[in-house]
Amino acid sequence: MLNHQYTRFSLATRGSGRGWLLLGFTVVAFIGFLSSAPVARAQDSTIRAVQNIFDPLSAPAETLYSISLLVMAVCAGIFLIVGGLLTYAIIRYRRRGPEDDREEPPQVYGSAAIELAWTVPPILIVVMLVLVTARTIGEIQHHKMPDAAEEIRVIGHRYWWEIRYPKHDVVTANEIHVPLSSRQNRVPTEMVLESADVIHGFWVPQLNGKTMLVPNYRNTMWIEPYATGIYLGNCTVLCGQQHANMLIRVIVDPPDVYQKWLDSQKAKPVNDPQTAEGQRQFISNSCGTCHRVEDSQATGVFGPDLSHFASRATLGSGVAKNDDTNLRSWLHDPQVLKPGCLMPNMQLSDRQVDAILAYLRTLK
Amino acid sequence: MANPTSSLKEVGTELAPAPPGREHGTLTAWIQDLIFTVDHKKLGLMYVGMAWLFFIPAGILASLIRTQIAVPNNHVLGPEAFNQAITMHGTAMIFFFAMPMVFGLANYIVPLQIGARDMAFPRLNAFSFWTTFFGACFLFLSYIFGPGLYGMGAAPDASWFALAPLTSKAFSPGNNIDFWSLGLLISGVGSVTGAVNVMVTIFCYRCKGLTLYRMPLFTWMVLVTMFLVVMFLPPLSAAQIMLVLERFFGAKFFEAQAGGSAVLWQHFFWIFGHPEVYILVLPAFGVISEVVPVFSRKPIFGYPMMVAASVMIGFISAGVWAHHMFTIGMDSFSVTFFAFATLVISIPTGIKIFNWLATMFGGKIRMEIPMLFCIAFLFQFLIAGLTGVMLGVAPFDWQLNDSYFVIAHFHYVIVGGIVFAVFAGFYYWYPKAVGRMLDHRLGLWHFWIFTAGFHLTFDPQHFLGFLGMPRRIYTYQEGRGWEFLNMLSTIGAFLQGVGAIIFIINMIYAARKGKIAGDDPWDAWTLEWITSSPPPEYNFEQLPEVRSRRPLWDLKHPEDPDWRFE
Repeated sequence: MLNHQYTRFSLATRGSGRGWLLLGFTVVAFIGFLSSAPVARAQDSTIRAVQNIFDPLSAPAETLYSISLLVMAVCAGIFLIVGGLLTYAIIRYRRRGPEDDREEPPQVYGSAAIELAWTVPPILIVVMLVLVTARTIGEIQHHKMPDAAEEIRVIGHRYWWEIRYPKHDVVTANEIHVPLSSRQNRVPTEMVLESADVIHGFWVPQLNGKTMLVPNYRNTMWIEPYATGIYLGNCTVLCGQQHANMLIRVIVDPPDVYQKWLDSQKAKPVNDPQTAEGQRQFISNSCGTCHRVEDSQATGVFGPDLSHFASRATLGSGVAKNDDTNLRSWLHDPQVLKPGCLMPNMQLSDRQVDAILAYLRTLK
Repeated sequence: MANPTSSLKEVGTELAPAPPGREHGTLTAWIQDLIFTVDHKKLGLMYVGMAWLFFIPAGILASLIRTQIAVPNNHVLGPEAFNQAITMHGTAMIFFFAMPMVFGLANYIVPLQIGARDMAFPRLNAFSFWTTFFGACFLFLSYIFGPGLYGMGAAPDASWFALAPLTSKAFSPGNNIDFWSLGLLISGVGSVTGAVNVMVTIFCYRCKGLTLYRMPLFTWMVLVTMFLVVMFLPPLSAAQIMLVLERFFGAKFFEAQAGGSAVLWQHFFWIFGHPEVYILVLPAFGVISEVVPVFSRKPIFGYPMMVAASVMIGFISAGVWAHHMFTIGMDSFSVTFFAFATLVISIPTGIKIFNWLATMFGGKIRMEIPMLFCIAFLFQFLIAGLTGVMLGVAPFDWQLNDSYFVIAHFHYVIVGGIVFAVFAGFYYWYPKAVGRMLDHRLGLWHFWIFTAGFHLTFDPQHFLGFLGMPRRIYTYQEGRGWEFLNMLSTIGAFLQGVGAIIFIINMIYAARKGKIAGDDPWDAWTLEWITSSPPPEYNFEQLPEVRSRRPLWDLKHPEDPDWRFE
């Protein structure tokens, strides 16, 4: 019998990254920022699991980072001044003993001059922050895309992401490949964000802030990554039971690797006669009602496109590694790995599961 | 001209201190009294009792939430139970803990502070309480009624924002959302009628000489609050009526497929939701504005500016709601406008903090428990305000919105601000309501443990937000850098629970064995301290007459009365 245990995989990370988080995240973030020069040429399988907003690796995220440093510096200054005065008042003017009770302190009712004096600086700070904010909003929202920019459509579904590349006629799911950009040769990626059902939110902190995916609206955002690797992110708007496992993987490839990936996604699936039984089971068990596989009778649109399923590293929108154990568990009952997801238990026998698994593995 | 303070003196000296503890009637008589009473003090205590009653399940839900996400891939709560827990925790804490607490304090304190015998409409007052109470009960019965999925009951599970279209029949087929919308509709009626009642009381029942310009600051801030309730609770009720129409009668307000707009719900919700923050925090400001002067032994610094700042906050709060929606894809002009409005509101808030600070300067600060909570409030509210500025800067908000940073920020406002002010108010006014003092030693334990727990819970959450942890996730994988901070936060949550239990023990202990308080244990200056503790049913034997903002100061210092300087 198959083992139905709740298998999860843990992510490899660069260092454990715990101790410094509390102590000096900004310092480390800054070093990380300096050391992230765009030089990688080969496939990079670094998993960027710790998504520190102070370690931006993309143009818009860097803009957000610089304004956040300014705002935090202003806030830290205010905190030190007001907090310091507060501490001083508590220490200096505390009651020291019963002798303090004999007489009330001088009764002061207010002072127009003092009150005016402490109203003006906050107004000036607010004016400054509003101006900087307005400029940054313009910089990001009215950014002019170069002609070389890549375009993708991200469509949120309950607990998975549909990804379309309109320029290349490529459809995939959950794992978003985008080209690497550099300051000399800019290749930003413009994303059109839509939703098929409820509101979702797209957030990969090192690439950009978040934007909601609202049904009936076409929101846009752009990213321009300067470092290769696999960036992890999350859906940020509660969309139902598996909101937590609606994970994002953005894979930033150097241009040649990216082109190779696009070509592989455009290739038609090989109809291997050895897995013909699996394909038959796939169709006869209604898998094709929800899923699409190119060049077959499976034309569903409710679930992820499986035409190149075997080329993806994860299952169920990042909930588990795409290996045989997890896939077998998923085919038996998706509710084990992702309780509450919309794919039902299809009541497949072990034989059917094996056949379908073999077929899915050919969809490279 | 007669001495203006003479009438006060008579009241103060003629009343013998009432014996503490209540008469022992039968249980039936006691329950009957609870049900039929229209006395503002009893209703006030019932509101407060209701608040603590619902604080317990909401707090237990919070600890369950924190336990579930203490470690990655945890299995204490399943996804459905987790979504129900966050929804019920948020809804109950806002509507059935914080709101009744506001109304309870207003009910008990305002008539005493303005020298009135009762509220303007005592029976409406009882009606308001019972509708609020039944609305809350209706919501919590969702756990029992209806099997729901997996036998978890049909508790609402769409978070307290209940963002459309997740709430439509297609995505929430059970009765979960119906319990939520109907329960809040019912209690919303109670809140609006209660607010009208308090407003009329303040405008029409002030005692002789108590002009608006002499009104105690707590009463002033409650007045602004009640305006906000009357103006901004109806949008929520309207949205909930729309939701009920949509779910029961096929209306299509929010359903995208039928041409409705999911964004419409957010506008309705947040035009209520943001002023709601001020509905809760202004009375907290009021408590601080009462406690800080009394324990610093000085009048509040810049009374007119304090009042003006409160009214300004009330007005500006009407125009900032869309800062909760910066990530919804608004055009850059709207984003800039709402960022501007949001930052502007920090100016009157800053003025208030400066005024409290200036009140403490030059005083002789008595470190009693209410003052300790006030001092913690000032630090925490300062941080909450500054993280609010960070969130108000829209580009920064694109990173921080819907992350744990937001959770940390608003818990700093609601726990670090409002709950701390409520504790300060409790230690301050408990002797008035019960006739006995809360225990100082237990109070110190309560203060230090709760404060430590608060910081351990919510300080790490700021960093979780910086590290990309979104809110409302029931599980997460290892290696995202969130494990250690989440564990800290969970430990802190339980520490807060211990602090809260010590507080409850203190309340029960003090009611029986506490030190007898007397009329005026804190040597305070507003009218509630002139009558006995607890006050008689008619509050004042003879209605007082005032000539300044601190009538009891005038009484205690006839050689140096306030009215000479105002």
